[in-house]
Amino acid sequence: MSRELPIVAGEAFAEAARRELGDAQLRANLGRATRTIRDKRARVVAEVPDWEALRDRAAAVKDDVIARLPKLLTQFEQAVTAAGATVHHARDAAQANAIVTELVRAEQADQVVKIKSMATQEIGLNEALEAAGITPIETDLAELIVQLADDTPSHILVPAIHYNRSQIRELFARRMPGFTAASDEPAVLAGAAREYLRRTFLAAKVAVCGANFAVAETGSLVIVESEGNGRMCLTLPETLIAVVGVEKLLPRFADLGDFLRLLPRSSTGERMNPYTSIFTGVTPGDGPRRLHVVLLDNGRTTVAQDPVGRAALRCIRCSACLNVCPVYERAGGHAYGSVYPGPIGAILSPQLTGQDAGFNRTLPYASTLCGACYDVCPVKINIPEILIHLRQTGPKPAAERAAMASLSWVMRDRRRWRLALRAARTGSAPLRALTRRRGGTLHRAPWPLSAWTRHRDAPLPAAETFRDWWRRTHES
Amino acid sequence: MSPDLPLLFAERAGDYRAGIHHCTAAELREVLARLLSAASRVVIPPGLPQEWIDGLTVPLLLDGASPAGPAGSGAAAPITGLTAADLDAPGVSVLTGCAVAIAETGTIVLDAGAGQGRRLLTLVPDHHVCVVRDAQVVADVPDMITALPDPTRPLTMISGPSATSDIELNRVEGVHGPRRLDIVCVH
Repeated sequence: MSRELPIVAGEAFAEAARRELGDAQLRANLGRATRTIRDKRARVVAEVPDWEALRDRAAAVKDDVIARLPKLLTQFEQAVTAAGATVHHARDAAQANAIVTELVRAEQADQVVKIKSMATQEIGLNEALEAAGITPIETDLAELIVQLADDTPSHILVPAIHYNRSQIRELFARRMPGFTAASDEPAVLAGAAREYLRRTFLAAKVAVCGANFAVAETGSLVIVESEGNGRMCLTLPETLIAVVGVEKLLPRFADLGDFLRLLPRSSTGERMNPYTSIFTGVTPGDGPRRLHVVLLDNGRTTVAQDPVGRAALRCIRCSACLNVCPVYERAGGHAYGSVYPGPIGAILSPQLTGQDAGFNRTLPYASTLCGACYDVCPVKINIPEILIHLRQTGPKPAAERAAMASLSWVMRDRRRWRLALRAARTGSAPLRALTRRRGGTLHRAPWPLSAWTRHRDAPLPAAETFRDWWRRTHES
Repeated sequence: MSPDLPLLFAERAGDYRAGIHHCTAAELREVLARLLSAASRVVIPPGLPQEWIDGLTVPLLLDGASPAGPAGSGAAAPITGLTAADLDAPGVSVLTGCAVAIAETGTIVLDAGAGQGRRLLTLVPDHHVCVVRDAQVVADVPDMITALPDPTRPLTMISGPSATSDIELNRVEGVHGPRRLDIVCVH
């Protein structure tokens, strides 16, 4: 497969962000959406007196999962197989796509209904199915909008937040068979999607889903949703294929108690989402006759080897970090060039692919390191710490490496350092005079310093160093 | 069990714009008859208490297949397994009980046991009426997990009618699941 995965940024974050910032409609929608969701979240989190203890417990459970991944995977596989499911292992995206395509072909189906799933987006499953002549139909309303528009999601939870109602009505009129409504009321548009999809659900033979949690102890899969499209996909078609990232495991069924309290509150800002389905294998007479579980690695076991970076695997995809991030709120999801946007995307995408893939090495810089994401994370991922870790370990431009090497040589010797400071001070004197009125900062420096001043002002060296000031005022 | 839990449950379920109705065991029959009087048909899962059905005046559809729970309690023999198309007909309501209810979140939990039936029954019809007895209400999600008789049955947690906020974050109730959820709290 020559096409890059949908978690590989095709351009540097700073360039993409500059373009996205020019879209006033996008900024207005994002500002309103993130503010609304984070206010709702704050209200329902404040209701839970033991919230911090919940976060600590959840983080510990997920760390345990990451530490015991192979053992828990075996336990899950045995349990779900005993309950009537078939387990497949996919090392990477290409393998997972091939497995799912083959399973759909075996059912002689030419279309599948899909529940919104980050794992299937991560591997580009829809594109792979289309290439094989199978039509994937997204059944989550926002994903359907994005799919009909041939667009990509811009937020993990509300993927079509960059569209307004009149754009959606126009899109439905153009792309949704049988759509005739004249109104752009959200209720009317949602009603049209209901009519359109109900015919599709009743005829569907194969459904594809992800999972929010997979319980090793019992082999149970958990799907958390709002619209009921998930329940339709989980109960109507005869064959269900679940693509599950290996980090979705929880050791015990009882662990769901904490996680089902944390997830909806962090994600939609509700005490509980409308529908949560928990199912264990196949139940005769109720739901699908065949269940396939595709356990997806795609870089996860590599991430698990990094003692700092592996905390990113705790993520339960709630998107709370997006809604509090000052960078995400302005730049929007598309600027990250990956289906995982925002702070979590900035640490997840480069780790899953390796920092050499596309422009993913630029993502750890898509942050002010303010730490708001860490504060709201229900599984306490220290995102700023991992961002810094990735900056330190990531590839750097040759100019930066050369500059750091010479700086290191200068700073190793007191005499060299003093001379360098003096030279910088004298050399920048004319510039200081020119820029005095705007506080002695440089807006635009020549190459190679332009790499710095493209996105921020550069302060000029002070007129007098601290050492000189001290000598002048204290030692004479 | 704290005596406040059933009231907290009713309040929190009401927050999701589910219809909340309080009654005593003696009044239940009358309340159900009223809530279901406008239905074209009422879907009945196997194992539903006979006294819930006795007062209903509309045609009933008794579902036959529910292997997770005991079969219907005698009188009416199961007709057939209903198809999704049967359940999709206009004006169909479904009447069920539940396995557990969660006070903190206003959630009802169905486990395909007696009086609840297959998952499809509470999904395709446009109107769901669920009866919750005080003794079934637990404090929070962890307590619900402990209260489940068998966690490997197909479980559905329901918190209000289906909803979406995908268009400009406007909440719209009733996308794919039942557009109306009525919860009858029996005290």
